[in-house]
Amino acid sequence: MSTVTVDTSRLGPPLVALVGNPNCGKTALFNLLTGSRQKVANYAGVTVERKEGRLQLPSGRRVALLDLPGTYSLAPHSPDEQVTCDVLAGRFDGERRPDLVLAVVDATRLARQLRLVLGLMRMGLPVVVALNMTDLARARGHVVDADALSAALGVPVVSTVAVRADGARALLERLDLPAPAPVAAGTRGGDALADDHRRVRDILRQLGLDSLQAHAFSDRADRVLLHPVAGPVLLLALLFVVFQAVFAWAEAPMGWIESATAAAGDALGALLPPGLLRSLLVDGLVAGLGGVLVFLPQIVILFFFILVLEESGYLPRAAFLLDRLMGGVGLSGRSFIPLLSSFACAIPGIMATRTIQNPRDRWVTIMIAPLMTCSARLPVYALLIGAFVPARSVAGGLELQGLVLFALYAAGIVSAIAVAWLVKRFGTRDRRQTLMMELPDYHWPSLRNVAIGLWQRVLIFLRRVGGVILALTVLLWFLASFPAPPAGATGPAIEYSFAGMLGHLLLPLFEPLGFNWQIAVALVPGMAAREVVVSALGTVYALSATADDTAQALAPLIAAQWSLPTALSLLAWFVFAPQCLSTLATVRRETGGWRAPLLMAGYLFGLAWLAAFITYRIAQACCP
Amino acid sequence: MTPSDSGIPRPQRLSDAPSGRRLFIHAVNAATDEGQEWVARLRELGFIEGEPVQVLRRGQPGGEPLAVRVGVSTFALRRAEAACIQVVPADAS
Repeated sequence: MSTVTVDTSRLGPPLVALVGNPNCGKTALFNLLTGSRQKVANYAGVTVERKEGRLQLPSGRRVALLDLPGTYSLAPHSPDEQVTCDVLAGRFDGERRPDLVLAVVDATRLARQLRLVLGLMRMGLPVVVALNMTDLARARGHVVDADALSAALGVPVVSTVAVRADGARALLERLDLPAPAPVAAGTRGGDALADDHRRVRDILRQLGLDSLQAHAFSDRADRVLLHPVAGPVLLLALLFVVFQAVFAWAEAPMGWIESATAAAGDALGALLPPGLLRSLLVDGLVAGLGGVLVFLPQIVILFFFILVLEESGYLPRAAFLLDRLMGGVGLSGRSFIPLLSSFACAIPGIMATRTIQNPRDRWVTIMIAPLMTCSARLPVYALLIGAFVPARSVAGGLELQGLVLFALYAAGIVSAIAVAWLVKRFGTRDRRQTLMMELPDYHWPSLRNVAIGLWQRVLIFLRRVGGVILALTVLLWFLASFPAPPAGATGPAIEYSFAGMLGHLLLPLFEPLGFNWQIAVALVPGMAAREVVVSALGTVYALSATADDTAQALAPLIAAQWSLPTALSLLAWFVFAPQCLSTLATVRRETGGWRAPLLMAGYLFGLAWLAAFITYRIAQACCP
Repeated sequence: MTPSDSGIPRPQRLSDAPSGRRLFIHAVNAATDEGQEWVARLRELGFIEGEPVQVLRRGQPGGEPLAVRVGVSTFALRRAEAACIQVVPADAS
């Protein structure tokens, strides 16, 4: 499901491929042409997104439109560019060779883009050029004569304005005409790039377009937004708003989803007789559905900001400002927003890593995202700190409990830096990472494109990750409910279940950390989400309290029964805490395989065990 | 710019060029194998001999990355990447 392969090698409507430089308005044109009739999947074996849409031409003929990843050239430098080149050459498995290439060209940056068009023509495919952003070019005083350009290039050229509703009408009419014959391209010998460069320069001179001006507004805006002092201050303010939004604004809708889930569970429970079916539907299915939907508010809010920032052209600037900071640990500025979002929840954070083009940077960012203390760990921290750390002030009037909480957050960040540094130092042969990132012109984000982008993210999460989370929740319900306790059993039901057995089985592994069997058992259902550990502990200690009171009732109980080293050890465990199956499911979807999630679970488990072990031993030595 | 013996200004690395100065690209090259891929990439992005180029600003702290204008586009380059680009001042060529 993570690598949904769409086999289009079978016969179908003519396939038109959209090709163009990044930031040329290609996706906006694709959205305009196909609206919401798009299918988003992954290319087989790579984590590159495949977008296909259908459209109907004025004549009624149907055409399949493939939005190929943006590329600067036909000599690939990244996995996305590789896909584009392979598809165009007809050597991508499971993808038929396009019948027509629609080369999208940004009219404000003709030189570089026309070189790509010449390269495309050499591939022997029929090419039609969509001269996009002609409105922006005109606003800067450049009128590009499409007919003259067409005559100079030898392929049809149609003007489009992807951000206007009827901006593609001429293009649709052109697509209805028979495809132009492939142009016999010149020989490709010697320095093709220099040849293309000369030819494009001549064409532009001929058209009176050899003195294009840079976007004056973008330059003025950059003077402030990339200013050494004002730039970082504004970025910090913006990041604060994003973080605040993901963390705080999502709280209310998440609360509604939780109450709605509880209400639906109660309503369903009232209709059914007590028993297995009711338990499965209420505690398994409804709870699992709620557990999937509860992530949506954070995902929607985060991606709203990311899409607006990306569309407006600011995201690369943020990466520019943060490049130095992140470069120290071998990452790029692009990793910052995904990591920041991971403080709310690693799932939207990991989904946001798709804005990182460099595959290695993206992989490392995914790997360290769970080390950012997510909000699901807060209930566990709150319970343990409340029960074991005395509420008193230490030096300078600092609250000791707050200090411990801060230390836990800091421990996560420091470990993330350490892991990223280690990967940089030992993990990769190619230590010199490239940046070479375009800073595109600023423009107003289009509401339509943001809405389509958001909708796609929501669908991807629900379809590809939601199913896994739901299945795992039902599985954990099964483990915690079966087999039922024998007649006359005195302990809590969970102790006799598979989850209980598993907890007991794992006990030798956790004993060196000072964990008792109650903790070991609670960690099993806690795999659904970290905060579930609190209610699971309540179940193990046979507390018949509602969820909100569990922590209050639990605190004095564990304070009396656990030693301080045990509590500190459990806190250290949760800094790394690998047991969040939803995160692992998301990683599997985003990386397209089991390797990354297994590695992540393994290394986090190792770190968690080690940290808890060391904490336990030191605490034992210090306060026996 | 120090004029060389021939009277033509000696090319300078873009990474060392002062911000704001109008320059032309003299050559794009690299000493290492690894650098060859960068050179190919830089040329595809438009850093081609004879093109006008200008360092718009440098990131802080450390003067990295550089925001570089080439033609009508702007790119962020790390210092090592910009060092592959040899430039001469626009007023001298």
